[in-house]
Amino acid sequence: MRFRTLAELMRICRQESLTITELMIAEQAHETGESREAIVGQMAAYYQVMKTAVHKGIESDVQSRSGLVGGDARKVNEHTAASEPCVGEWAGKAMAYALAVSEVNASMGRIVATPTAGSCGIIPGVFVSAQERFGWTDEKMVNGLFCAGAIGYVIANNSFISGAEGGCQAEVGSAIGMAAGALVELRGGSPEQSVHAVGLALKNTLGLICDPVAGLVEIPCIVRNGLGAVNALAAADMALAGVRSAIPSDEVIGVMLEVGSKMPGELRETALGGLAQTPTGRKLTEKINAAKPPSL
Amino acid sequence: MRFKNVFSIIGPVMVGPSSSHTAGAVRIGRVARQLLGRTPDQAVITLYGSFAETYSGHGTDLAIVGGLLNMDTDDDRIPEAFSEAEKAGMRFELRRGTGTAPHPNFVKIEAAADGKEISVSGASIGGGNIEIHTMNDFAAGCSGYYPTLVIAHDDQVGVLASITAAASDAGLNIGFMNVDRKERQGAALTVVECDRRPDGALLDALSSLPHIHGVSVVDLTS
Repeated sequence: MRFRTLAELMRICRQESLTITELMIAEQAHETGESREAIVGQMAAYYQVMKTAVHKGIESDVQSRSGLVGGDARKVNEHTAASEPCVGEWAGKAMAYALAVSEVNASMGRIVATPTAGSCGIIPGVFVSAQERFGWTDEKMVNGLFCAGAIGYVIANNSFISGAEGGCQAEVGSAIGMAAGALVELRGGSPEQSVHAVGLALKNTLGLICDPVAGLVEIPCIVRNGLGAVNALAAADMALAGVRSAIPSDEVIGVMLEVGSKMPGELRETALGGLAQTPTGRKLTEKINAAKPPSL
Repeated sequence: MRFKNVFSIIGPVMVGPSSSHTAGAVRIGRVARQLLGRTPDQAVITLYGSFAETYSGHGTDLAIVGGLLNMDTDDDRIPEAFSEAEKAGMRFELRRGTGTAPHPNFVKIEAAADGKEISVSGASIGGGNIEIHTMNDFAAGCSGYYPTLVIAHDDQVGVLASITAAASDAGLNIGFMNVDRKERQGAALTVVECDRRPDGALLDALSSLPHIHGVSVVDLTS
């Protein structure tokens, strides 16, 4: 890949008059030696998996493997359709769809890691709702996933994308930044605006800990995906309006690395702190362990 | 670069719930399966860090067993991996590792079949991506992202030259290579990441070279 930072990504796009999407597809073809058709075809198949997961989560009451959570996507979708949601109809849809995919994930259903399974709801939530809203083609959405991937590639290689390494900021935070930056490009924003959207989004999730109850990707992961999709829409709007990230986005990614590295192990996906160790968190953990005794 | 390309960020397609604890775990198990070259008769799986604390809720145990049965990350049978293991005649034991591990999500797998024993240790670094730290207690350093040759040999002058010459003759480009030895002139292991899957002719050529004792292919790309 010819870029390692978002600043380099922006510079190449400007110099060669490319969108982030076009640059990412060309770089991916070069890196893997595969044809453009093969790469875009693989991404198109991934987008279909995302859409299938959205529909499954919205149309049926998906229950998590533990039985602790499920059916929230459907509730939010019905509320959005039946009343005037506080966040507006389309943010409500994005939220419902993100919850849907995360619920399918918690049921050991089939999803695409974007960038991880813990954060797999945000990009489909934003993409599938935006496609319905603006009448975009599948082809356009598939291309947009390359833009999201380029942003995630920079975050992952300069910081982290897993909760065990860097807390929830690395998972849900990265996904929000990727979705926001890609949505800006899908709406016709410049690469520079996309990159600002990433910084704006990440700044709002810095320090977010990874504290899953009983170690399950359920509480609070699913809700954070729903709210994360709304955050991505808001960050995209700020960037499209011309708001800039006063601290450059690459420096914000550096802060994520710094904060995640200092985060104690108890708050990095071990279920030894945070919400997992609240009185209720512990009670739920005991309930699950009683149902299925751990063998270690 | 720890993350190689766009599909290490968007992807893999997988069954949930965790890309680190489920998809990455499947892939490390699958590396062990392929290094062994067949379904294990028995396996010992030792979990460390976040893997040891939260394996049950994430299905890490099911995932590693699924990988040992050569399942890919999106295999619908992963939730039933234990009964699949029973059907395949594979016994396994889960253990909690003691001491510190090099990564918060770390596992060591020891597997055996037909008198052959192997071990693999690796970290799941996020989004289903992995880093293999050791193979048969030699440093490995490979990513699982490319078809990988694993060559057991003696630490002797010219062995590496003969390996790279054979790859060159086969028109195979090498992207990464790691050599480790137990001691000078002792047992050594070379791990080679290739841009495409090595064919049977190259494997035969490598196997017939002096000082080479075993050649395995680990390929998670297909």
